[in-house]
Amino acid sequence: MGMTMTQKILARSAGLDRVEAGQLVEGKLDLVLGNDITTPVAITEFQKAGLSSVFDRDKIAIVLDHSTPCKDIKSAQLCAACREFAKEHAITHFYDVGQMGIEHALVPEKGLAAPGEVIIGADSHTCTYGALGAFSTGVGSTDMAAGMATGLAWFKVPSAIKVTLTGKLGQYVSGKDVILHLIGMTGVDGALYQSLEFVGEGVASLEMDDRFAICNMAIEAGAKNGIFPVDDKTIAYLKGRVNREWQAFQADPDAEYTQEVTIDLSALRPTVAFPHLPSNTKSVDEAAGKPIQQVVIGSCTNGRLKDLREAAAILKGRKVAVGVRCIVIPATQQIYLDAMEEGLVADFIHAGAVVSTPTCGPCLGGHMGVLSDDEWAISTTNRNFVGRMGPTSSMIILASPAVAAASAVTGVVTDPATL
Amino acid sequence: MKIYKYGDNVDTDVIIPARYLNNPDEKSLASHCMEDIDADFASTVESGDIVVGGNNFGCGSSREHAPLAIKACGVKCVIAKSFARIFYRNAINIGFPILECPEAVDGINPGDAVGVDFQSGVIVNETTGVKFQAAPFPEFVNRIIDNGGLLRSLKARGVAK
Repeated sequence: MGMTMTQKILARSAGLDRVEAGQLVEGKLDLVLGNDITTPVAITEFQKAGLSSVFDRDKIAIVLDHSTPCKDIKSAQLCAACREFAKEHAITHFYDVGQMGIEHALVPEKGLAAPGEVIIGADSHTCTYGALGAFSTGVGSTDMAAGMATGLAWFKVPSAIKVTLTGKLGQYVSGKDVILHLIGMTGVDGALYQSLEFVGEGVASLEMDDRFAICNMAIEAGAKNGIFPVDDKTIAYLKGRVNREWQAFQADPDAEYTQEVTIDLSALRPTVAFPHLPSNTKSVDEAAGKPIQQVVIGSCTNGRLKDLREAAAILKGRKVAVGVRCIVIPATQQIYLDAMEEGLVADFIHAGAVVSTPTCGPCLGGHMGVLSDDEWAISTTNRNFVGRMGPTSSMIILASPAVAAASAVTGVVTDPATL
Repeated sequence: MKIYKYGDNVDTDVIIPARYLNNPDEKSLASHCMEDIDADFASTVESGDIVVGGNNFGCGSSREHAPLAIKACGVKCVIAKSFARIFYRNAINIGFPILECPEAVDGINPGDAVGVDFQSGVIVNETTGVKFQAAPFPEFVNRIIDNGGLLRSLKARGVAK
């Protein structure tokens, strides 16, 4: 029996010729990542265990993105602990305010993830880098501490769901719609412990920012990781970012899958997820007309340049509806600069949206856009759980940047094509 | 001891809402545990109580604060039909017992007295007299638990210094 992309990467990392689904292996890590919420807990564990040194200061990334610029004293103290640790261990890839971006946009942008690499991050959306053909997965703080100390992590080799993409996305349909549609099909635990392996002729038409959004939300199907094959677009993205050697892996023709799913990209409609699960999906046609009070365009899912371009194309020359607050958050400083140079930021501001420095902020109800009682938001973020963005009575609809922007203009969930 | 029983997809945002993550102190986490799904939990939970959940318990964020909060409340263990993978990992890594057993979840109700043997994975509903067998941990995982968590296990092996 052959191996999947993920299984091949894990085999290489564990120094084995082959691995099978269910096997427990210990893999060598190419990057260990943490943020300002999870790293302090990892530091405490690191110190409690009496550990003194990190395995490789060049293979650890600490990004202060969740509560920054710091929203309160406690958050500031957590960031200070990260800063101190990074200094003590001379961590090369430490990103503080001014250099930071939302970690899962920043890590690929800085060339810290490459095909075939094994990456763990103390953040569930670490699965994003599968877009580059890497194996990357979210873990907790103790795993991060162990990874920083040893460069190793234990993994149960996942079985896989094969997702074959055919056709080509239509206008106003993006990677976000693909992944919401898939989660609607599988359910929030449909891919539990498994990898989602995206293949098929439809892959070539997807931009890297679409692939990042798709892999980013693999966790919302319960998956361990999502992964794409490496193609010309991947290589073009890596150029100028990654100078070290990397290795692309393809699944064997006889690789085993527990399930095979086909998605015709051409037939896909803009898709949204209603409260309180990402799997509670509807097409925009079914959802249209639902009033909203806040729009968030940003996050590790949809704060990249293509996302901002799609939102700006809709908001340019239009106005955010009266009674609606529209918050736009470029995911990194580079994306922010690019958006300024392209005139997107001006388009947002002229439309009556606010543009923020990079932060995870509102996605997890932290700051920069917390909801009040009974309010509804449409958001390009990744989770619409109870109380995620505000009180338990507040509601979140997950959507693409295009649908979110169109809804900002009308004040109700709107298909961009109808504007 | 008491049973707290919840449904499917108990997510990490309801186990410990993100607004409290700015203070990872265990007592603070415990005082807000389950706040958004069960406002009375933190004030009524006592040492030795058991949390029972449906499928995909602990889904969502990677925050280790979630199993830490439940553990800090004195909860003896979580029994669920299935666990989200990061929660599962985190619980093992911090040495907090979790048991996967769909039959036990269906066969235990609030008000029942329940006994658990972690070595054998046997769960007994002492009220109904019915016994359940939870899925055993793989040997690899048992070694982590026996060493008192992942970091100690790595130190014992000499790979972490």
